[in-house]
Amino acid sequence: MSAEGVAVKDVSPIASASQDYRASVGRRVLILVGLAVAVLISFAVDLATGPYNYPVTDVIATLFSPENADTKMRVILWEIRMPVALMALTVGASLSVAGAQMQTILANPLASPFTLGISAAAGFGAALALVFGVALVPFVSAFVIPLNAFVMAMLAAGVIYFFSRMRGVTVETIVLLGIALVFTFNALQALLQYLASEQALSAVVFWTMGSLVKATWTKVAVTAAVLAATVPLFIRQAWSLTALRLGDAKAESLGVNVKRLRLTTLILVSLLAAIPVSFVGSIGFIGLVGPHIARMLVGEDQRFFMPASILCGALLLSATSVLSKLLIPGAILPIGVATALVGVPFFFSLIFSSRRRNSW
Amino acid sequence: MVSLTLEGVGTRYGRKQVLADVTTPTITAGTMTAVIGPNAAGKSSLFRRIAGMASGPGEVHIEGVPSGEQALAYLPQDTNATAVLTVFESVVLAAKQGRSLKVSEEELRDIDSLLAALRITELASRYLSELSGGQRQLVGIAQSLIRRPHILLMDEPTSALDLHRQMEVLGLVRSLADERQMIVMIALHDLNHALGYCDHALVIANGRMHRFGSCNDTIDQHLLREVYRVDGHVELNSLNRPQVVLNAPIY
Repeated sequence: MSAEGVAVKDVSPIASASQDYRASVGRRVLILVGLAVAVLISFAVDLATGPYNYPVTDVIATLFSPENADTKMRVILWEIRMPVALMALTVGASLSVAGAQMQTILANPLASPFTLGISAAAGFGAALALVFGVALVPFVSAFVIPLNAFVMAMLAAGVIYFFSRMRGVTVETIVLLGIALVFTFNALQALLQYLASEQALSAVVFWTMGSLVKATWTKVAVTAAVLAATVPLFIRQAWSLTALRLGDAKAESLGVNVKRLRLTTLILVSLLAAIPVSFVGSIGFIGLVGPHIARMLVGEDQRFFMPASILCGALLLSATSVLSKLLIPGAILPIGVATALVGVPFFFSLIFSSRRRNSW
Repeated sequence: MVSLTLEGVGTRYGRKQVLADVTTPTITAGTMTAVIGPNAAGKSSLFRRIAGMASGPGEVHIEGVPSGEQALAYLPQDTNATAVLTVFESVVLAAKQGRSLKVSEEELRDIDSLLAALRITELASRYLSELSGGQRQLVGIAQSLIRRPHILLMDEPTSALDLHRQMEVLGLVRSLADERQMIVMIALHDLNHALGYCDHALVIANGRMHRFGSCNDTIDQHLLREVYRVDGHVELNSLNRPQVVLNAPIY
């Protein structure tokens, strides 16, 4: 009898460690499913909301059987609201996963497409087109503004890439360089605004506020394609990226080629951030907050952290898209403004309600 | 049988050479080598060079590792990680590095028994940021051992542990070296631990190898005087074991 008692006592603590782990994995899968459902609901509500609000049930019916739907409603949903709603999802997802991986490779909770100057560079590129009509990519008359923004964003990423390859450059140096780029491009943009005509000035200001309204199927397709191409590459590196959060020395000791991983991730992240910013302007908050919310929900095991970041970013921007249409009846608030106004209180409530141990 | 031989090994960071001329006879499986020497002598640099994380002159010969098995694991000195990961997750992470995304039942069982052997099962669900320095060292040891390496390089793994834990961990590593026929190289500051648990001592001073030999032959009053600049000697204690007795630093 006593021997059995001893045996049970010996086994139970051993078994409980992996049982807790299994339970936490199950909990995280549930959280991901919950987030995915929330994204779908937000997407449907986004489609239903506008100058005329449709019942969500009608929207779903129109989506699944467009042939039976009212022609006007079908056109409004598919031609007008669908690209905007999808753009919110893909841009939110792209910026959030870009921010997540920037925070991972730079070991810095403040890292985001904004911190590294990528958004500021894109803004300057767009302003060049809006103020002086300068096209950085010759012979392409369509998409001048997004192309300019993209070229400048990649130029900023290139500068960071070049410096991070230099010997003795630490992650802190890269973050400082990013901040220097933010100030440089902001100053250049301010100079352009100073020189701009009144009409061009308002165009620049509107662009920097960020807007989903000009979404088209092509822009949605490009953003989604880049997201679909980069995420599998991150998934393949899931263990290595997670190991990076243990510090460079520990990651290296586990066989991770830290330098190469950091550089390849930096390239992918730059692409992921540059594309959406080029299309919709500055939406800064998502790239910073999406990953933090994901981290609070599922921790930093990239197998869960990455999908959670994608879903959190998509949900945040989609929900903000809804709110931007509701906050001032009859007007659509610029999405960049709405994201910060709505997101900041939400983010603070999360920070103060969650215990410190599962945030950065 | 796995063996490790160092031949004129050095470490270079950029153009700066920080370690040179480390040559050992063939170190055989199932032995523990204490890497000893003053602070900043080049012990960590030697480990990084053997682990392939730093470049430099000379040859590191590792022979007899069956293909597909982990030749080497390196446990760096303790670092304070801010990652939002639990202890169990961080050990899973070490076990799965370079492998598939799915964690098998067998792998979970291995981690369970390793945590139990290190007596840190109760820490499994704690976040890394909540651990003390000593607890982090134990987790680091678990991360190295779970990879089932044939050669284990440990850089001061007991520096933050209390006496009980120091003896427990060194005893466990010694028994694993014997059971798994693992080569262990371990940087230690406590020469009594080297005398108590290790077979060989590799002495590094001023970026060069000073001596290599059995612990009993190597750790003596000359070593204390020349390398550590302290006055002292080694004598047999009441348990009939060699013990370092220190008198005073030499200026």
